[in-house]
Amino acid sequence: MMPYLTERIGNPSSLHSPGLEARKALDESRERISKFINGDGGDIIFTSGATESNNIAIIGTAMRNSGKGKHIITSSIEHMSVINPCKYLQKQGFEITYLPVDRNGRVDPDIVEQEIREDTILISIQHANGEIGTIQPIEKIGKIASERDVYFHIDAVASLGKIEVDVKRANVDLLTISSNDIYGPRGVGGLYIRKGVKIQPVMFGGGQEQGLRSGTENVAGIVGFGIAAEIMRKEYKGEAERQARLRDKLIAGILENIEESYLNGHPTERLPNNANLRFSYIEGESLILNLDMEGIYASTGSACSSKTLQPSHVLMAIGLKHEEAHGSLLFTLGRGTTEAQIDHVMEVLPKVVEKLREISPLYKKER
Amino acid sequence: MYSEKVMEHFRNPRNVGEIENPDGVGTVGNPVCGDLMTITIKVNGDVIEDVKFKTFGCGAAIATSSMVTELAKGKTLEEAVKISKQTVAEALGGLPPQKMHCSNLAADGLRRAIVDYLKKRGEMDRIKELGLERDLEKMEKGEEDDEHEETCET
Repeated sequence: MMPYLTERIGNPSSLHSPGLEARKALDESRERISKFINGDGGDIIFTSGATESNNIAIIGTAMRNSGKGKHIITSSIEHMSVINPCKYLQKQGFEITYLPVDRNGRVDPDIVEQEIREDTILISIQHANGEIGTIQPIEKIGKIASERDVYFHIDAVASLGKIEVDVKRANVDLLTISSNDIYGPRGVGGLYIRKGVKIQPVMFGGGQEQGLRSGTENVAGIVGFGIAAEIMRKEYKGEAERQARLRDKLIAGILENIEESYLNGHPTERLPNNANLRFSYIEGESLILNLDMEGIYASTGSACSSKTLQPSHVLMAIGLKHEEAHGSLLFTLGRGTTEAQIDHVMEVLPKVVEKLREISPLYKKER
Repeated sequence: MYSEKVMEHFRNPRNVGEIENPDGVGTVGNPVCGDLMTITIKVNGDVIEDVKFKTFGCGAAIATSSMVTELAKGKTLEEAVKISKQTVAEALGGLPPQKMHCSNLAADGLRRAIVDYLKKRGEMDRIKELGLERDLEKMEKGEEDDEHEETCET
């Protein structure tokens, strides 16, 4: 992608040679990415990232199809870039059904079917949840959506490059992907739009990207995205297997060695790179800070660092109590994760949990 | 995000634990909100001879608890009740704005421990004299401090 930041700086909308060269680079990326998700080639538009893709997918279809109906179905554990556009649409007179999930974070396809109405125009469900790792039964939901003639959008940001993403197998009409989640550059995303889907732009201008995303394309970023997709397409299966094995080792090790620790999310229908666990009596941020000192970089669903003090909506939706959500910790694995690192976590984590429990007034009280 | 001083207290918290047969106990916060702390004190004459804490919460909650115990140790009751959230935050070299109220409860916890001590001794006039009536009232109603109540919707 470097040449496109330095000497190859043509505007892909221009007709001169450097412009055509940039156009060609964009189209090659489009092909590469489309191939990765089993699309038909030209059916990807480029955006600034998954947030923009989700906004276009939801608001763009809703506005374009409001003549048919104003009802949208989504789940209660979607990313904020799905939930907040839905909330915006509610203010514009649309009705949104936020489906519940079970303890493992799964949407029940039967409930999806029951909730479809005459005026339902879109179902938007994530492929997998980035926080608890749960994979949704998207093929079943896609079949239902297709039978009932309702558009089906999936947010595949967390799943792309980790598990198979196939727009045809799941009867997908719209699919959100992001570059930085497959080791590509930040600031680039894509939206797959099946040919024939009625959608309108949410941003207006020069009509780039089939009129759906105006603004000169981020050529260098898109080239990087395409290369990343090409690499991931070839490597992800082996890598997923390797990471799943390490993930299982980590999860089993924690559950065995730390009392009152629990897995969040589905035990088997789970992203290969995700281990989300909770520990009674202690709080996530303190865990993260302690792990950070040992060179272990984990995340939390605890909102202690945000202004509202509200824990993650995902952890609340799977039925955790506030204090359980506050005590949750997310480990994600990647290409660079080694077995030695997993062993290091297993050595450090029990001590950190014990140290924080010793400080916690809840620990002794409850035994 | 945190100052070096906060991290230092977080890494090596002072005065962790519970005093056996304490003269006063103060509890503040709510695990639902992600913060809960208990402060126990031993009073000799009018001086806080010993003080210990236990805290469930984020880095700031643990560091502020530790700092409060350090500031309170050896102080008279009159001096100790003057330790405010601001005092604690300043002693720690500042706190991120969103942590200022929600995770900075230890000064309230200390005041509650003092109220508990005076109440047990029937020194209601002293509670009034030290300006702790509002703390007493909230303890009796089982309420959080005002700011915590506002920010933590349960």
